[in-house]
Amino acid sequence: MTADLAGGRRRSEAAAPAGRAGRRRVWAPRSARSRQALVAWGFALPFMLLFAVFMALPVTASFVMSFTDIRSTDALTPWAVNLVGIKNYVRLLGDPIVRQAALNTGYFVVVCVPLTMACGLAAAVALDKGVTRLRTVLRVGYYLPVVSSIVAISVVWRFLLEPNYGIVNTALARLHIDGPSWLNDPATAMPSLIVMAAWRNLGFLMVIFLAGLQTIPAELGEAAQIDGAGPWRRFRHVTLPMLRPTLLFAAVITGIGYLQFFEEPFVMTRGGPLDSTLSVTYVIYNQFGKGNYDYASAISYVLFAVIAAFTVLQFRLLRPRGLP
Amino acid sequence: MSAGGIGRGTDYAILFVGLVVLAGPFVWMLLSSFKPNAEVRRTPPTWWPERFTVDNYSEIFTRLHFPSALFNSVVVALAVTLGTLVICSIFGYALAKLDFPGKRVLFLLVMGTLMVPGMATFIPQFVLVSNLGFVDTYAGLILPGFFGPYAGPFGVFLMRQFILGLPDELIDAARVDGAGEVRIFVRIILPLCGPALATLGILTFLGSWNNFLWPLVVATSEEMYTLPVALALYSVGQNATQYGLLLAGAVITVLPILAVFIVLQRRFVQGIAMTGIK
Repeated sequence: MTADLAGGRRRSEAAAPAGRAGRRRVWAPRSARSRQALVAWGFALPFMLLFAVFMALPVTASFVMSFTDIRSTDALTPWAVNLVGIKNYVRLLGDPIVRQAALNTGYFVVVCVPLTMACGLAAAVALDKGVTRLRTVLRVGYYLPVVSSIVAISVVWRFLLEPNYGIVNTALARLHIDGPSWLNDPATAMPSLIVMAAWRNLGFLMVIFLAGLQTIPAELGEAAQIDGAGPWRRFRHVTLPMLRPTLLFAAVITGIGYLQFFEEPFVMTRGGPLDSTLSVTYVIYNQFGKGNYDYASAISYVLFAVIAAFTVLQFRLLRPRGLP
Repeated sequence: MSAGGIGRGTDYAILFVGLVVLAGPFVWMLLSSFKPNAEVRRTPPTWWPERFTVDNYSEIFTRLHFPSALFNSVVVALAVTLGTLVICSIFGYALAKLDFPGKRVLFLLVMGTLMVPGMATFIPQFVLVSNLGFVDTYAGLILPGFFGPYAGPFGVFLMRQFILGLPDELIDAARVDGAGEVRIFVRIILPLCGPALATLGILTFLGSWNNFLWPLVVATSEEMYTLPVALALYSVGQNATQYGLLLAGAVITVLPILAVFIVLQRRFVQGIAMTGIK
């Protein structure tokens, strides 16, 4: 052992004056590190290449396009367009269709986010309080609308809401109520889509809330009960405050999704009747269809800014107490 | 708990009403797809088919290029899912466990795009795909699909978070034994990633299968339609009252997802919760 060590030391001492071993010793780990970096870049490359081409480039291009006069006819020569400054942004400020769509989208978001969250929370609380039987059936049933294609859902919902032989109006007729022509009346079209969107998304929020509820220690509720708090007060003063981070997350992602509200009116009402269900995203799609890529890009960037502002605002309003 | 009995009764009542409201339309859809068109439109509506028929199904397959739409949906969803699993897991591993210059910047860059609305990238993506000559091709349907719902940046985030939780000792031990980086990933990391890969796989498949806007715009000929596009374009205009056919089409569109979901629902829900809480 000792001889071996000594031998080893002697050998390295012998080599040291030339400086080769010393350099090699430093060089060896660096080689391992640079090899690791090389492999890491190799691992990052496929994703980053696709990301650069199909994500980073479009996001940047869209911003640039919003300051040009690009149209669908320029699609194959995207460099041969003129800069027009903020003309597209000025135009959208005075566009009555954009204003109508912004109001519709606001109406949808303000009503539908709380509605979806309330329904999802009610289901999660009911399921959390020790419902043990039928859990799988309930889970699959509640999740069906979330996993189903909006197109398939629209086939069923258009039939449910059909004014003459649809199930909703047939049921109302039994109660001697004359049901409206849901999707053809400007007053009821948007509420119909709101209920449909809440129906479609509440299962997703239920799962999120359920996971949040399970992080709340049972002792808190028990302590409140010993202090004489009833179920409603326990929910109001223990569960809700503890659930704040989850509520924030749910409000943010639901809000981001709903601000881009498009599929429901597209498959159900085509934005009508009388533009009553026309959303901002729908206007972008229509402008794209008309070939106005410049204007469509400008509207989508304003929408992006609103989404970012909305997210920041919600973080401020719903931020868990005690956190900066 | 004295109030427990009453409370539990109310819970079951709430949940049962919810179940009827949420799943009822699907049950009705399935049952009615076996009714002749006249019976679907009858008032008052019937629940069970009075005359059971599979005509709707045999007819939908002879019309509207439904077989090719089904085939396209399967091909696109599988390609997007497999591709996403590969590129997101290797990138996620590099971000979680390897040291390399630029790591932080790349991560922030990718995460920064999570909030960008789909519509903001939609038009330049279409211009790009036009210039590449990918309109109406599988490449045009699949490549941007990597950045569709529940893919791309979301997948990288999910894989990175999961791999971060795996112990470093495993990797260090393998390095001491002289294993190369690629070998460590394939032999040690990947086998441990089962739950994360399953979750991401299901979500990406679901997102791609149900994706509607992008295929609607990129698939310009009937041969390239995916299922939702074929069904949506068939259900407008003069066919809007072919309820029997449309319901059969809707069942075919929902069924594959439903099958995947029922088999893997526990993992699926875990995945939603896993990404939701982080």
